[in-house]
Amino acid sequence: MRVSNDPKDLIKRVRRGDHAAASRALSLVVDENAAGEPLARDFFKSAGTVQKVGVCGPPGAGKSTLTGRLIGHYRSLKRKVGVLAVDPSSSISGGAFLGDRLRIMEHATDPGVFIRSLASRGMIGGLTHTIFGAIHVLEALGCDKIIVETVGTGQDEVDIASVVDTVLYVTTPAMGDEIQAMKAGAMEVGDVFVVNKADLAGKDKAVGDLKGALALGHGAGQAVKAWESPVVATAALSGEGVAQLAKLVDEHWTHLKKSGEGRKRLKRQHATELQFWVHRHVVKNALGRVTDKDLDDMVTRKTDPATLGRKLLQS
Amino acid sequence: MDKPFRILIAKPGLDGHDRGAKVIVRALRDAGFEVIYTGIRQTPEMIATAAMQEDVDAVGLSLLSGAHLTLFPEICRHLKKKGLKTVLVFGGGIIPDEDAAALRKAGIDRVFGPGTPLQTIVDYLKEKLPVAR
Ligand SMILES: Nc1nc2c(ncn2[C@@H]2O[C@H](COP(=O)(O)OP(=O)(O)O)[C@@H](O)[C@H]2O)c(=O)[nH]1
Ligand SMILES: [Mg+2]
Repeated sequence: MRVSNDPKDLIKRVRRGDHAAASRALSLVVDENAAGEPLARDFFKSAGTVQKVGVCGPPGAGKSTLTGRLIGHYRSLKRKVGVLAVDPSSSISGGAFLGDRLRIMEHATDPGVFIRSLASRGMIGGLTHTIFGAIHVLEALGCDKIIVETVGTGQDEVDIASVVDTVLYVTTPAMGDEIQAMKAGAMEVGDVFVVNKADLAGKDKAVGDLKGALALGHGAGQAVKAWESPVVATAALSGEGVAQLAKLVDEHWTHLKKSGEGRKRLKRQHATELQFWVHRHVVKNALGRVTDKDLDDMVTRKTDPATLGRKLLQS
Repeated sequence: MDKPFRILIAKPGLDGHDRGAKVIVRALRDAGFEVIYTGIRQTPEMIATAAMQEDVDAVGLSLLSGAHLTLFPEICRHLKKKGLKTVLVFGGGIIPDEDAAALRKAGIDRVFGPGTPLQTIVDYLKEKLPVAR
């Protein structure tokens, strides 16, 4: 059963639920291979059909361990789960250490689970430019839930909230100071806040601090929000609190579908995907055509950035 | 820029030490590879599934306990079963020369003994992988 790169064949196999084909399709899409484009067009037809859950927060908070637990929960309900775990690429070597899988090994050979590690490949923050294409492969594969794990604390220009439907923001009792100092961006990013490692000392204080910080966010006189981000404590190692977390994730999905918010978010996701696409094709392409002579011409004032820029965009 | 090659580093067998594997993981990352590490006590099926889902270019197996003659070929069989016929498989550990030949027949491209300089492994992959792709 060799996996070919023939687009028609790959599309058919992915839509039949073939993991090997999905894996190859993912490579073509995230490598921005020309052969990936017909696939991406087809897979986009399945976009937005299932809930995409983002798991973000600082390194070491237990995101991967928690992802493993959520997989276990969904598998007990016979749902198929797809996971994309993004880790940063080294800006010096271009290499990356992709270690999230290590914490999800319990489900390593479960045919209802597909896990792919992705490197950020030059993108600042916890994401990668091809994340949407990767998500669409998993949507076409027939996953019932898609989990995207990224580092990230809501301070990046494009964050996980523009990519998924429901964002879980994971912290721990040990990160108390960080919770106190949490910036507005972080507070807005989370749809559900998780205090993981609830087995450690200081759980109640962390939960209280988070609730306090969230309450500050919507002071007196503001309209009551349709969704107030809840705070839940979990111990991912033992599994404590995971069922409650999963329940909140379901409730958020129901909220998105019932209110107009789900459609609004989908539109924002597609806008961001388009932004990435144009950036990759237009900006990269134009800058790729800048020659050393162009740079010299600017130094000698024969041209200037605006003139040169217009020329590059028109050609 | 060319896309980085992807490599799975896995530790089959029962021994619980993975310092050696982690050193290789870091060296490969610093040499520009995307390295997936799946930890200790991996069964052949776990390794093959990870290699398939991650669509890696190479699989590196690290093993201290002397079970390489049974485990390494079994892993190669599982890889083939998953359709991964061209993935480059290499191994490291305490492996006698006479076993290395048998392993090569089973599909392990190269075996690195203890104390192999990390640069040797990096150079080997940089030379082999572009040809394979
Ligand atoms: N005590 C405790 N440790 C945990 C818990 N969840 C995860 N960890 C540990 O925290 C470390 C980092 O976990 P990981 O899932 O890799 O975090 P990530 O970097 O956020 O993905 C690992 O050593 C985990 O075993 C928990 O609920 N309690
Ligand atoms: Mg992680």
